[in-house]
Amino acid sequence: MKKFLAGFAAGFIFGIGLTVAQMTNPAKVLAFLDLFGAWDPSLALVMGGAVMVTFYGFRLLRARAAPIYDTAMRWPSLTVIDARLIGGAALFGLGWGLIGLCPGPAIASLGIAPQRTALFVLAMLAGMSLTRWLRQRRAEAAAV
Amino acid sequence: MENFTPGSALTGGVLIGLSTVLLMGLVGRIAGISGIVNGLLWPAADWAGWRLAFLIGLIAGPVAWRTAGGFVPPVEITAQLPVLLAGGLLVGAGTVLGSGCTSGHGVCGLARLSPRSLVSTLIFMAVGIVTVFVIRHVIGD
Repeated sequence: MKKFLAGFAAGFIFGIGLTVAQMTNPAKVLAFLDLFGAWDPSLALVMGGAVMVTFYGFRLLRARAAPIYDTAMRWPSLTVIDARLIGGAALFGLGWGLIGLCPGPAIASLGIAPQRTALFVLAMLAGMSLTRWLRQRRAEAAAV
Repeated sequence: MENFTPGSALTGGVLIGLSTVLLMGLVGRIAGISGIVNGLLWPAADWAGWRLAFLIGLIAGPVAWRTAGGFVPPVEITAQLPVLLAGGLLVGAGTVLGSGCTSGHGVCGLARLSPRSLVSTLIFMAVGIVTVFVIRHVIGD
């Protein structure tokens, strides 16, 4: 129950942060990506502020062996830079540039403007499931 | 740059940073939205209610903000339906293949000084910029 409440609180603050930063508006995101048009640098400050706080916060947490409500800190351990990382980032960037929505803002908008974002989120879930399924099939084929 | 909103951008960014620190400090997890969704879609051994709770909070936050009288910007989408669906598919496929999105790689990964996340962020930013350039200034004109 405590883990559930902690997850809710973190998501709640994340959602308000995206809203205050106006990142829930895809037009605002596209204006950042439009370097050669009427450029709006706001997104850089959103990321800058978030990275700065996370950098110092994570540095304090690095010393801890366990979080308050679980038994281990799950720091990412992957370090390999391969075709999958690069190709995945490129596909993601293409979809992001087409609409101006990435997973956080798309889901955060579901309560305030579901008619706009629900179809995008459904397509995103389909893309995730399809990719997972194809990858699993390939792994199984390789194992035979 | 008449639409530049530095104050609200920085404030929102700091709130997002506080959220990632809170999740790591309390539950020991990276606040990467695509990773959290992915873990729910394909429940593995580490499935946990915190993922669902995070997403419920993510949706409830903006609604509560609006109810409290806070400014909620419009959600302006101009793309036609087929493009909207293609965009969603690409974002879903790309974040699973590349193990993360703007939050996991772009915020948490950069803050951890992860070279993997730096490469990912530079690529999705560059491809996003080129995509918008082509749509607005090559096809659009």
